[in-house]
Order: sequence, then structure tokens, then C-alpha cells
Amino acid sequence: MKPVKKLFDSVRPHFEKGGKLSRFYYTFEAFESFAFVPPRVTQTGSHIRDAIDMKRTMIFVVIALLPAALFGMWNIGYQHFLALGQESTLVANFWYGFLKWLPLQVVVFAVGMTIEFIFADIRKHEVAEGFIVSAFLIPLILPPDIPLWMVALATAFAVLIGKEAFGGSGMNIFNPALLARVFLFFAYPAHISGDKVWISGLPDAMSGATPLGLAAAGDISLMPSAIDRFLGFIPGSIGETSTLAILLGAAFLLITGIASYRIMFSVFAGGFLMALVFNLWGANAYMQIPPWEQLIMGGFAFGAVFMATDPVSAAQTNTGKWIYGLLIGMFAVLIRVFNPAYPEGIMMAILLMNVFAPLIDHYVVQANIKRRLKRASVTAK
Amino acid sequence: MSQEVKTKEPLFSPKNRKLLTAPLGKNNPITVQVLGICSALAVTVKLEPAFVMAISVIAVLSLGNVVISLLRNQIPPRIRIIVQLVVIASLVILVDQILKAFAYDVSKQLSVFVGLIITNCIIMGRFEAFAMANKPWPSFLDGLGNGSGYGLILIIVAFFRELLGSGTIWGYPVLEKLGIYSVGYENNGLMILPPMALITVGIIIWVQRFKNRELIED
Repeated sequence: MKPVKKLFDSVRPHFEKGGKLSRFYYTFEAFESFAFVPPRVTQTGSHIRDAIDMKRTMIFVVIALLPAALFGMWNIGYQHFLALGQESTLVANFWYGFLKWLPLQVVVFAVGMTIEFIFADIRKHEVAEGFIVSAFLIPLILPPDIPLWMVALATAFAVLIGKEAFGGSGMNIFNPALLARVFLFFAYPAHISGDKVWISGLPDAMSGATPLGLAAAGDISLMPSAIDRFLGFIPGSIGETSTLAILLGAAFLLITGIASYRIMFSVFAGGFLMALVFNLWGANAYMQIPPWEQLIMGGFAFGAVFMATDPVSAAQTNTGKWIYGLLIGMFAVLIRVFNPAYPEGIMMAILLMNVFAPLIDHYVVQANIKRRLKRASVTAK
Repeated sequence: MSQEVKTKEPLFSPKNRKLLTAPLGKNNPITVQVLGICSALAVTVKLEPAFVMAISVIAVLSLGNVVISLLRNQIPPRIRIIVQLVVIASLVILVDQILKAFAYDVSKQLSVFVGLIITNCIIMGRFEAFAMANKPWPSFLDGLGNGSGYGLILIIVAFFRELLGSGTIWGYPVLEKLGIYSVGYENNGLMILPPMALITVGIIIWVQRFKNRELIED
């Protein structure tokens, strides 16, 4: 580390006040604090320090994403060779998928971080870590063959309009990763919906519909078996096919206490409940599938575990979290079943509830104040 | 007031010129006063209807301002709103008929939004805030300025929405002629949807306030 430290020390004067590159001080600061613990200490007052700071929280989420990501990479290759009817090995599958995933990840990182750095330098604040998780999430919710320039554009849109316009990390009202996906969904629907895009390198004559696509088209009987859907041997966005891998990540997030169990649990409960209601209604085949099957289809689990629990855009109060999650689950299944134009409801449901999260919190807080006021006046008498 | 009447003001005095130019920038009806947003979202998918809409609003606003300004001492204050509405409605019907006669296709595209000029808050706002208290000539300039400020934003938004959403400028397939599609570019479907008009207006507001710090309110 000595030479690296020397390098930082030798260029620091250029970036500090009065230096030629002082405009880029926060870019320098980001790289320095990435490599070393910063030399500055607080001068006044006492501060409570906790080992679990922002960076560690972010890294924990990334670790939780690993099972889903690794399985997803393998699955890209598996689906690809399966569609072509070729024999392949575990390593070949994984390697094929890895090479599909890597460019997406690099593009998302490059575009998003560039914008973050530019805004940090203009607004003179440190580069926030918030984008790291979004950057890992974005490729996992995209189909493997999506053109890279579209991904770049969507990332730029999500960071600029979704985050920087509202004041940067921690101020965003929408989940940035989902915003990138929703941008692609409306801007370039041909590349992120239908039955052609979910298997990498699919021959033109073949169809590679996801279970959700099949269900929306009314072909319930053609859906792969439930166990395949649970384990993830199905076409779909890169990281969302395997409910099992996602649950592994969920367990990690819950044990470490990073994600809110209230939200996670209530999203699943909401989806289950809504599916039960549809079962009672039973107007068509889609409504009649067992409730638990709704939860293992499409991005429901991925959304519930990694997207709805985003601490910035979710509800903040504990009661609010229950309501927020429950409504996400219910809306997700509702949109799926009722609107065949949007086979995947969880994306819309989460973004919709992101908007309502502050309102939910407001009424939870107001109700609390009212309840306590009532109690106070009773004792005063 | 009486003193001002006596001193003869040149037609394009600095004050009058300001009436014309301020709404184009620092006092823009859409980006600063945030009026007339609804039609800005509805008619800006293509440049042509946006341009015709802009011209219509300029015509209604400047003529209406003159009429109201001429009548300003005769209108009883208690019924002034309804009088203003009558003036706007007659002018809008005129514009609508002229469009139907001479620009039928565009008139079809704009459909109900020409009629809805009546409800455009900019027009009522200028009548109340300016024409009711000023002489005809400054009122005319004020109408012209505010109408142009509105039109300017409409045209900027429509330019980007048409270029990125349909790949054309005023119906001419620019991107196709440039050969952009052959390298893999595709039109952005989101630009055609109304939310993107709102976001585009938002970006214009963002850029404008970044350049003019005094416009930022707390």
C-alpha cells in the first residue's frame, strides 16, 4: 500500500483549496477514502460510532444479492444452450452468462458513477455510496440481451431524474433501480417485454415466454412446473428467476438486520391475500392458480426482498411499513391478473407505493399524536 | 396615474420592452409562474400542433388583453370575471373557426385543446394582473410577451419530444436521413407519453433555475 499512499499524498495538494484541480476535490476524496481511512477526525463534541456504517450496509446488500446473481448468470447460459438444443457444462453455462452480465454491469457502473461524481463536484459534497446497490440491482432486473446504450440511457435517467433532481442519495422518492427498468419498459418495450427477449441468443422462430407471459396470455397449462419456477430454471430477467436464491439473500438480510422484516413479510402476505381473494372469485384460469404460486412467479420475490425494502423510498414508521408492504403485494398481484399489458406487476406496485409512502407515514404519525393526546386529556381530568 | 398620462411615453420605451422580454426568460408563464401546464403536456408530441397552439394562444392573449384594457373602466368589478370569460370565449371561437377553415388537419390533431384555451390560466391571469390596470398598448405587448413565453416552452418541449420520440422534426425524418437507425438506435417510446412532457418541462425549469439563482424560492 505504500506506493499507493505516496501517490495520493503527492497529488493531494493539486486538489486542495487553491490547487489547480480543486474543482475535482470530491472526486479525489472519494478515491482516497475508498483506498484508505481518511486522516481527518472530528474536532468537537462526542460522536457515537457504530461499526455498521453506510458502506457496510451497502456491501451487505451486495453480498445478499450474490446467490441470485450467480444463479442468474448460470441460468442465462443454461437457457441459451437449452434453446439451441446443445450440450453444455456447468462451467460453460456460467461463463456464457457471466459474459452477458459483465458488460451490463460495467455500463451501469460507468454511467451512474460518472453522473454521481459530476454532481458531487458541482454541489461540493462527498460522493455518496447509495448508488452502489442500485448499480448491482439494475443488471439483475434486465433481460440478458438488452442493448447496452439503452441500459446507459436508463441508468442516466434513473440517476439524474430519479435521484439528483430530488437532491441526491437519500432524497429520492423512487427506487432508482426500478426507475431504470420502468424507463426501459416504456421507452423500448420491444426489448424488455414479450416472449423473445428473455433467452439470450434465441433463434427467431422460437418462443421463450416467461411463466408470467404465459399466464398473462392465458396459457396457464403451458407454464413450467412449480418446482422449476421455485428453483429458477425458467427464462426471465437475469437475477429474478430463482426464488430459492433470493430467499437465501433474504435470510442474510434479515439475520444481519439490514432489511426490514416487516416490509418483506407483508409484501408476501399481501400478494398471498390478493391471490386468495382471486381464488374465491375464480373468474378465469389465472385467478385460480394457488396463491403460493403467485409468489414464486416473475419478479415478485426479488421485488419484495430487494426493492420494496429500500430504506430511502419505503415507509419509515413501523405501522407504515406493514401497510406499505401489504399494499405492494396486493397491487402486484392485482396488476398481473387484471392487466395483460403489464405481465409484471411488482415493478409498478413498488413504484406506486413509493409515491404513497410519505402519505402513509404522515397518517401513522398523526394517528399516534391523536391517540396520545386523547390519553393525556383523560388523565388531566 | 394622472402624471403618467401626461408624459408621452415612446412606443418601445425600456419599460415596454421589458413587458415583451421578461416573460420569455425570468418571468416565464410556464417555468416560473407555473401556469398553463396542462396544454403544455397535451399538445407537445409533435412540433406542428405545438406551434399552431402557440400562435393561437398568442393571438387570443394579445387581442384579449387589448379588449379588456379598452373596457377596463367600464367593467363593473363585481362581474369582471364573467366579462373576461366572454371575451376569451369569443376570441377562442374565432381562432377555432379560422383553424378549421385554413388548417383543418392541425385543427383535428389539436381537437378539444383549442377550445380549452378558454381555461388556460395564463390568459385569465394576465387579464386580471395586467390588462385590468393598464393601457391598451402595454397590455398588447404584455399579451404578446406572455403568449410568446408560453409558445417558446411549448416549442422547446415539442422539439425534443418529436425528435426523440418519433425521430422527426416538423414531420421530416431527420434521424432516418442521417442513418442513425442503421447503427441500432431506436425511438424512445416514453417521449410520446404525457409524463415525459412533464419531465421535460421539469428539466427546463431545473436548467433555468441553475442559471438564474434568484429564481430559486425556498
